[in-house]
Amino acid sequence: MVIQKEKNMSKKNLKGIFLNGILDENPTFRLVLGTCPTLAVTTSASNGVGMGIAATIVLMGSNLVISSLRNFIPKKVRIPSFIVIICMFVTIVQMLLKAYLPDLNDALGVFIPLIVVNCIILARAEAFASKNAPLASLTDGLGMGLGFTLSLTLMGSIRELIGAGTIFGVTILGASYDPMKLITVPAGGFLTYGLLLGIINAISNKKKNKNNKGDK
Amino acid sequence: MNLRMSTAPHIKSSDTTSSLMRNVIIALIPCTMASIYFFGLNAIILILVSIASAILSEVIFEKLSHKKVTINDGSAFLTGLLLALNLPSSAPWWIALLGSAFAIIIVKQLFGGLGGNFINPALGARGMLVVSWASIMTNFTTPTGFATADAVTSATPLATNAADYTSLLFGNIPGTMGETSKLMILLGLAFLLITRTIKWRIPVVTLASTALFSFIFGSDPLYAVLAGGIMFGAVFMATDYVTSPMTATGQYIYSVGIGLLVVIIRVFGNYPEGVTFAIILMNVITGLIDKYCRERVYGHSKGEKHE
Repeated sequence: MVIQKEKNMSKKNLKGIFLNGILDENPTFRLVLGTCPTLAVTTSASNGVGMGIAATIVLMGSNLVISSLRNFIPKKVRIPSFIVIICMFVTIVQMLLKAYLPDLNDALGVFIPLIVVNCIILARAEAFASKNAPLASLTDGLGMGLGFTLSLTLMGSIRELIGAGTIFGVTILGASYDPMKLITVPAGGFLTYGLLLGIINAISNKKKNKNNKGDK
Repeated sequence: MNLRMSTAPHIKSSDTTSSLMRNVIIALIPCTMASIYFFGLNAIILILVSIASAILSEVIFEKLSHKKVTINDGSAFLTGLLLALNLPSSAPWWIALLGSAFAIIIVKQLFGGLGGNFINPALGARGMLVVSWASIMTNFTTPTGFATADAVTSATPLATNAADYTSLLFGNIPGTMGETSKLMILLGLAFLLITRTIKWRIPVVTLASTALFSFIFGSDPLYAVLAGGIMFGAVFMATDYVTSPMTATGQYIYSVGIGLLVVIIRVFGNYPEGVTFAIILMNVITGLIDKYCRERVYGHSKGEKHE
């Protein structure tokens, strides 16, 4: 019975860790990490998905390996060690992209090698993987990665819809729509990101206020 | 003797936000009249749509965010009018609608409403429109009044160098609706100076530095000041209270910066005219200029820290 309960607990815990990355600590909209690729590659929905999945693979791999080695990595050299491990996964992802998805690789350009210094990955290595067990770290990587992917896809879809009238290349707004080019240039990226952050903050503040009132 | 104690400031003025805005709107009447005279029916439509959209956006946003509705101060009306006068007469009505809504909601209200915006709302909207719909925003037609059937698309005289000084002065040239008639702008400037709505410094120094830098870069300084939107920008856009520096030194730096940037964009840039971006860029660093050009506080020595 006791063992059963513990298993349930850990299952619930893993679910919590997984959802944490998507909702409460969404890397893009709650932690505001990894903003550089967020602003740069989200000119289309498919770019957003591609960037998100590439980062997710690296994040899961690096979290798993760093967590497994957490008792062997000396504290003083932990950051260089993390980066070497992350580099390995980024190289694998980049080679795979070049081999199988050359178009996506061209679209994402320099931002694939730059995953090495993406703050989300280093932050999860430092804040989570170096303190938790491998399975939990892998789940955290998956949750954070999916949170990042969903956010990038959302931003990419909005920017593609306004800037080109399409989502994933499918025409949504007809030929009479004259696309607003500002949204596809970097200034439009900042604008979209700021507005989305504002909306999400407004929603979560409203929720918080409601909860507080409920407590009283 | 009756002595009253009160805290600073002791100088009182009858100026209110709405009286200042009203003065600027009155100063814009000649330009508005000229734009209707030169560009006819479409000018009227664009001006009305732009103003209506600005006021509606302000009301809707302030209602939704439970703020006090401030349309009576005239600032939304002014933003709408300024934006319309910055559009080419051939622009479709939705450009005015979208531009005004962007100016009020994104540039002004989201940064805290009047006084909180970091760039001039009408110019921010114009910048957005120029980047987004470059072909519409640079599609200038020759002025034909109400006989629009004969309107011919042509480049601004700034790009072609093909207008004489008289046409430039009276405004019988292609361009955005408000910028063409320099005489009407000067009339507006005179009114603003007489009513002390603005000081001479920003418009005069901006125009002078534009002429000077044009001369340095090898173009006709008088033509450079009369052609394009620099005069309209210097008088009505750069002088916005919120987004221009407060001290004299700051205003010199700001105005010379605008002149320099305008000439650099005109000479080396992709766009034929650079007034919009020049003023926006100087708007952005106004906070920085104000920080470094603070007046010495009475009773403190130079360089002494005071907060």
